[in-house]
Amino acid sequence: MEETADFVARVRAGDPRATARLISMVEREDESRLVVLKALHEYAGKAHVVGITGPPGAGKSTLTDKIVGLLRERGRRVAVLAVDPSSPFTGGAILGDRIRMQRHAVDEGVYIRSLATRGHLGGLSRAVSEASRVLDAAGYDDVIIETVGVGQSEVDIVRIADTVVLVSVPGLGDDIQAIKAGVMEIGDVFCVNKADHDGAERVTREIRAMLETAVLNGAVTRFSDLYTARAALKPAPRPLEGDHTSVAASDEGVSHHVTSQMSVHPGLEIPPVVSTVAETGVGVEELVQEIKAHEATLVATGFLRLRREENLSWELGRAAAERVLAKLEQDERKGSLSELARSVLDKRIDFYDALDTLESALVQA
Amino acid sequence: MERKIRVLVAKPGLDGHDRGAKVIARALRDAGMEVVYTGLRQTPEQIVTASIQEDVDVIAMSILSGAHNHLFPRVMELLREKNIDDVLVIGGGVIPDDDIPGLKAAGIAGVFTPGSPTSEIVAFIKGNLKRGS
Repeated sequence: MEETADFVARVRAGDPRATARLISMVEREDESRLVVLKALHEYAGKAHVVGITGPPGAGKSTLTDKIVGLLRERGRRVAVLAVDPSSPFTGGAILGDRIRMQRHAVDEGVYIRSLATRGHLGGLSRAVSEASRVLDAAGYDDVIIETVGVGQSEVDIVRIADTVVLVSVPGLGDDIQAIKAGVMEIGDVFCVNKADHDGAERVTREIRAMLETAVLNGAVTRFSDLYTARAALKPAPRPLEGDHTSVAASDEGVSHHVTSQMSVHPGLEIPPVVSTVAETGVGVEELVQEIKAHEATLVATGFLRLRREENLSWELGRAAAERVLAKLEQDERKGSLSELARSVLDKRIDFYDALDTLESALVQA
Repeated sequence: MERKIRVLVAKPGLDGHDRGAKVIARALRDAGMEVVYTGLRQTPEQIVTASIQEDVDVIAMSILSGAHNHLFPRVMELLREKNIDDVLVIGGGVIPDDDIPGLKAAGIAGVFTPGSPTSEIVAFIKGNLKRGS
């Protein structure tokens, strides 16, 4: 273990080796990481944390690669945390997101780290929130978190990211996918990738319809309060939805065609739905603009702080629950747990009495 | 929490396919390791910076084209320049027997040629890690 002050200084200076070591300590929940994380605490909070999520094969890594390139052109230092699943059987993992991003490997302004889920559900690894704070304190301006390929309920990313980009692609299933609750509700910016494939227009139309219907139904969405707060600001920080005509010149009319035709209710404010072809980079500039516009809106409305406060409350609660669970799993407790279980089985007490007994014992401990 | 063995699997040089490297990657995964796969046509510089960012315990490289005598030692040289001495480096691919002593002298700890059972590679890695577990 290196001397703490030196370690902290090296991470702060953006030394990739020190940063990498610290993230490994975070991953294996090494107790000695805490003194370093505590020392780094005051330096975190400046980075824009962006989550990229979507189903397997949607092109998240290729998109991330292109986003990193454009952010670098803007002079920003960028870190990427790319999460891939661990095998539940062997614990091993193939972390392959990096393949698409290796052109940035020798750019000192970019740090890329692959993480395995190590049994954690929800589309992320347990290490992600701490690792993201490490990268923030290390001075990266943008921290991009690429989740595992998600299905319909892996929504942990909203607890960590300031801005969530939900990537969809054509050909995944019928239109009912867009109205299911869960993953589809977590986007701040929507992206329809592989926009040059058949059916891309339809996916865009379905997402927009879903969002517009939510507004018309008065549903409480992730964006409704934010947009109300934005409307109260003068002048408006960004153009109204439906004005996405500024697609890249190389775009052969794909996303222009889509966005200009799709809106049934042009006055409604819904999150942007951007068409991209990540492979060629088409539309990615617009996507980056929307990601940054979302950050600007969060900052201008004060929602950045609100959202972070909410997320931190959630994380604190979860961390506390984990400590309680760890206590319960200590050997001396296991006996009393089985004792309670026997009492329930023998009908001496019921389940809820057992739970109450356990709770009071924990509070006293 | 237990220490996971992290391995960077890389293909330096201009090989056109990476079937062998993928077989190794899967074998290491099935042995419980975390394998960062970087794909084809990696420069020694890319391999070394990726290994630092990923904090791997092992770099495993494969070359079929015959450039091993240049590229493998170049990776070792870059590691030395950055004072990295705790990463186990192994190589494989189409490598003539006569070249193996030279590669080992350059710091490639193990050289595995076609036909090497993957279990042998797994055992070699587990037995030769340079970092504590």
